[in-house]
Amino acid sequence: MAHSRTARRRWSAAIGLTGVAALALSGCAQSERGGETGGGQVGGTLTFGAAGAPKLLDPFYATDGETFRVSRQMFEGLVGFKPGTAEVQPALATKWESSADGKTWTFTLKENVKFHDGTAFNAEAVCVNFNRWYNQKGAAQSEAVSQYWLDNFGGFADTPDKPSLFKSCAAKDPKTAVVELTKSTSQFPSVLGFTSFSISSPEALKKYDADNVVASGDAFTYPAYANEHPTGTGPFKFGKFDKANNVVELVRNDDYHGDKAKLDKVVFKIIPDETARKQALKAGDIDGYDLPNAADWAGLKSDGFDVKVRPAFNVLYLGINQLNNPKLQDLKVRQALQYAINREQLVKSQLPEGATVASQFMPPLVNGYDKSLEAVKYDPEKAKALLAEAGASDLTLKFYWPTEVTRPYMPSPKDLYGAIAGDLQKAGIKVEATSKPWNGGYLTDVDNGVPDLFMLGWTGDNGTAHNWVGTFFGRTDNRFNTGKSPWGKVLADDLAAANAEPDEAKRTKLYEGINKKIMTEYLPAVPLSYAPPAIVFKKEIQGVTPSPLTDERFGSASKG
Amino acid sequence: MLRYTIRRLIQLVGVVLVLSLLLFAWLRALPGGPVSALLGERATPESREALTKQLGLDQPIFVQYVKFLGRALSGDFGVSTGVQPGDSAMEIFLQRFPATIELSFLAIVIAVALGIPLGYLAAKRRGGWFDNLSVAGSLIGVAVPVFFLAYVLKDVLSAALGLPTQGRQDAIGATRVTGFFVVDGVITQEWDAALNALEHLILPAIALSTIPFAVVFRITRAAVLDVLNEDFVRTAESKGLTSPVIRRRHVLRNAMLPVVTTIGLQTGALLAGAVLTEKVFSLPGVGQALAIGFERRDYPVLLLLIIMATVVYVVVNLLVDLSYAFIDPRIRTR
Amino acid sequence: MVTPTRKKDRIDALAASSGESDAGVSLAASAWRTLRRSPVFLTGATIITLFVLISLLSPWLAPQDTAEPMLIDQVVKARNEIPPPQPGHLLGGDLQGRDFFSRLLVGSQQTLIVGVLATLIGLAGGLTLGTLAGALGGWVDTVVMRLVDVMLSLPSLLLAFSISAMFARPNQYTVIVAVAVVQIPVFARLLRGSMLAQRSSDHVLAATALGVKPGAIVFRHMLPNSLGPVIVQSTLVLATAIIDAAALSFLGLGNPDDRVPEWGQMLGDVQNVFDTHPQLAFWPAGCIIVVALGFTLMGETLREALDPKSRR
Repeated sequence: MAHSRTARRRWSAAIGLTGVAALALSGCAQSERGGETGGGQVGGTLTFGAAGAPKLLDPFYATDGETFRVSRQMFEGLVGFKPGTAEVQPALATKWESSADGKTWTFTLKENVKFHDGTAFNAEAVCVNFNRWYNQKGAAQSEAVSQYWLDNFGGFADTPDKPSLFKSCAAKDPKTAVVELTKSTSQFPSVLGFTSFSISSPEALKKYDADNVVASGDAFTYPAYANEHPTGTGPFKFGKFDKANNVVELVRNDDYHGDKAKLDKVVFKIIPDETARKQALKAGDIDGYDLPNAADWAGLKSDGFDVKVRPAFNVLYLGINQLNNPKLQDLKVRQALQYAINREQLVKSQLPEGATVASQFMPPLVNGYDKSLEAVKYDPEKAKALLAEAGASDLTLKFYWPTEVTRPYMPSPKDLYGAIAGDLQKAGIKVEATSKPWNGGYLTDVDNGVPDLFMLGWTGDNGTAHNWVGTFFGRTDNRFNTGKSPWGKVLADDLAAANAEPDEAKRTKLYEGINKKIMTEYLPAVPLSYAPPAIVFKKEIQGVTPSPLTDERFGSASKG
Repeated sequence: MLRYTIRRLIQLVGVVLVLSLLLFAWLRALPGGPVSALLGERATPESREALTKQLGLDQPIFVQYVKFLGRALSGDFGVSTGVQPGDSAMEIFLQRFPATIELSFLAIVIAVALGIPLGYLAAKRRGGWFDNLSVAGSLIGVAVPVFFLAYVLKDVLSAALGLPTQGRQDAIGATRVTGFFVVDGVITQEWDAALNALEHLILPAIALSTIPFAVVFRITRAAVLDVLNEDFVRTAESKGLTSPVIRRRHVLRNAMLPVVTTIGLQTGALLAGAVLTEKVFSLPGVGQALAIGFERRDYPVLLLLIIMATVVYVVVNLLVDLSYAFIDPRIRTR
Repeated sequence: MVTPTRKKDRIDALAASSGESDAGVSLAASAWRTLRRSPVFLTGATIITLFVLISLLSPWLAPQDTAEPMLIDQVVKARNEIPPPQPGHLLGGDLQGRDFFSRLLVGSQQTLIVGVLATLIGLAGGLTLGTLAGALGGWVDTVVMRLVDVMLSLPSLLLAFSISAMFARPNQYTVIVAVAVVQIPVFARLLRGSMLAQRSSDHVLAATALGVKPGAIVFRHMLPNSLGPVIVQSTLVLATAIIDAAALSFLGLGNPDDRVPEWGQMLGDVQNVFDTHPQLAFWPAGCIIVVALGFTLMGETLREALDPKSRR
């Protein structure tokens, strides 16, 4: 297995030119290739700096962003998202319609589509996939394995005590699949746009034993399908995963049913260190990477890189737990917290360009966002007055913040904590600070209701309100213990009702009403900010649209 | 000699067992752990409980340890949760170990190539400006935090020399034979691949070599001073042997003994240093896996890598002891 | 004479220097005579004296509060701006808008505390084990020394990393403990070696013959004579501890609470802005290097001065 001639040439070029500007190097490689293909638009390799290795290559079992990033280049779902938005658009299904009760969905499928292994995509294949998901057994039913299914569809065929949203799938004819649900939900069909619910080749699933997940020791091991043979319909197909060199390679699918990819190859080079990714980009080793540190945006731009800012699709909030301190069950105290925090200063000093103060628990892109709500202004005096009114002037709160983590909504937890704690102290609230590692006790303690205050946030999976407020407050024993207050149950019931409403316009109104109530009557926590994450590329990489869902597909990308 | 070796090996097994039990028990006692790592921020109390049960983490620690030992004997040390999620810890070790060996080897080569001649010269000119300067240099080298030096090299030298600052190799497609990229390139005669892999090692190896360099330098200097004072050199001098002959025949060869041993014994410092330098240079070796493991609390990987580091360290120590006794007959009689 | 190369042998060689200790007083006196004239020792001693003075006085020297983000309005992450030097803030502000000069000054105190506590804990642990082994001998000696050898057989910095990774919540004390524990076996072996060397020395034999109780012999005669090697080793450990603490912070195993700063933490925490705000790394790094060098210079010259071999 000798390596290809182009790769060899790239090396000689790299070695011959070490010390010369990176731009010249890539320009040289470009012109060579341009001569071969005549155009300069087609061909080339996009090398992307990934923060971590994909956990596996079968998106159905995936929970990590790096797996999704790689697999969304190889797979497609029935529906997709319009580039740059959270709006659903046709993908493998060209159109769909639902019955009046929202329980029966008929999908018309695209024709002449082939999987990477040459087998045909049709309604039968769609149902094989649905039935595969629904019939997971044993270890594969674990929360750690089929997490997206459990979160969005509920249980499995053999778990009668855990009902599933999915009822059945039938292939009416090769290009028509009918999916029956057990109830109406706002999540459908946009949930089918999640990379997790991509359609795999039934043949390959069977051949490579795709469902054979085994719990071994502390973890799970996955079958050959998930490790070496992911087979979808996407513009790229799997090349190889060179683990010794920490590189994943995808190659163009020349039989793609839509516009064929312009790039020959997409390479994901795993560089765990953030600074190293930046330097690799500057040195020309990679063509782009995700989530550049906000502090580097300006520098990267002035160095001639294309910093693409995604629309903000996340929220950071200061969690309030009503469990341990009864004073926190008083709305006035929670409102005092909201007035005490200088959110504008926080956003300006600690968050990236384009970040804004949050007025509610979902960003403007989500259906059901209430435009009439405005974030209250910083007012420490009002906070003190409210605390006095509530008889809580000597409030002491246990405030937890996480270490060993950064999130797009929370770029530097320590710095954010420092600013918030400073504000609270100015309003006369005493803070007992505790920091714990994100995976080493922080999340567990937050779940178990140990702290009074905590920092957390959410990055949306799709544009439905249920994915946001439904996740936060849809049950009463949530992280805020809203069940401690009489309105907790009301809120949960209202959310369930809104989610089950099949009519979209009515549903949006319901959510707007709920958001208003959350912010004015309940205030279970303090929403802090929406922060836009970015993705950065070299100037000559074109055709990548930044997506609020981080759903960037490289099929349309070209080099030069 | 054989009995000595066997005794040391049995000791090693004991050390590994005790160490693994301690690590295992302690890691299990920590909050979070595998369940948190697998479920992340989407976890609910129920899903945590279910997964804890499923993975058998609710059983007594001793039962868990015995099960772990059983699996470990067949090479199964668990699956990574943070370094390369989903891969077995053993696989991660095997893939990454060659990178660390290559790096350490180059670092030792640099340390020796500079340390021995400088140490020799410094000893010959004891008290002179060269001696003082190089002693001071070696002391400063030890006082600089390794990772800081690595960053300075990366930010300053890489630009000046045009050397790569991350990874093991630029392009992909090189044939893999042994997992040692430089060696692979030589075997398959893909010279540019070998050279490219070597370029990736230079800066991290320089950063990693400072402490071994300082040690080799000081030991060489001290050893040469010792030997110069020894009777046989004085005798040789009195017999009228010229200084180059003395140098070659007596001084250097005798001074070599402690130096050779020292080189072997630097393994420990190299392993710890590799954690820091591989992190700075994003070099996918064992050290980087340890650094990410510490950061992301990947306990299965940490457990295996710490045990393997100990085994490597002890085995190298043993080999050095054996070779030492073999080279220098005076030791055997001790 | 073969130069000791192994950690064990090096420790033993150092320990042996306390053997000929009837001359304890004269040895100290002669060592002092050598040191007084050694420019290297004096350089080290000056650095350390300054360091200790600054750290003791730093609460009064520091112009600003180290935890107060007083310059936060000049921090703009989006443009990668941090407060520049300005009147009242000699070195500007850090990433959270706190006065950097004050943090450097006060950082010296925490750094000293980390170094001294780590050394004391290592010494206390080593003292207990070493004294037990050296004074009692027999099976106690065998067991203790086997344990010590096991610990010495792990790479020490790696051991420190592992120990701190095992704490659920890293903080200032876990850092100190991690750095200290790896020094216990070194001190233990050192003290045991020193005791063994003295057990057969004339003054101990004389004391035993005179019927002095074993405990008294250990504490009045043996320990004081081990002081030299212990001081040498402690000085060297102070340097190691400060550098190791920085490495822990760099790996994210340090104290996450930085309201009270420490140099290693200041250095380890700014790795992501090393290229854009190098001054945030260079100042604490420079301080660590100078202080570690100071301790090393003192330790090495002390060792030479106390080494009977070098006085022949």
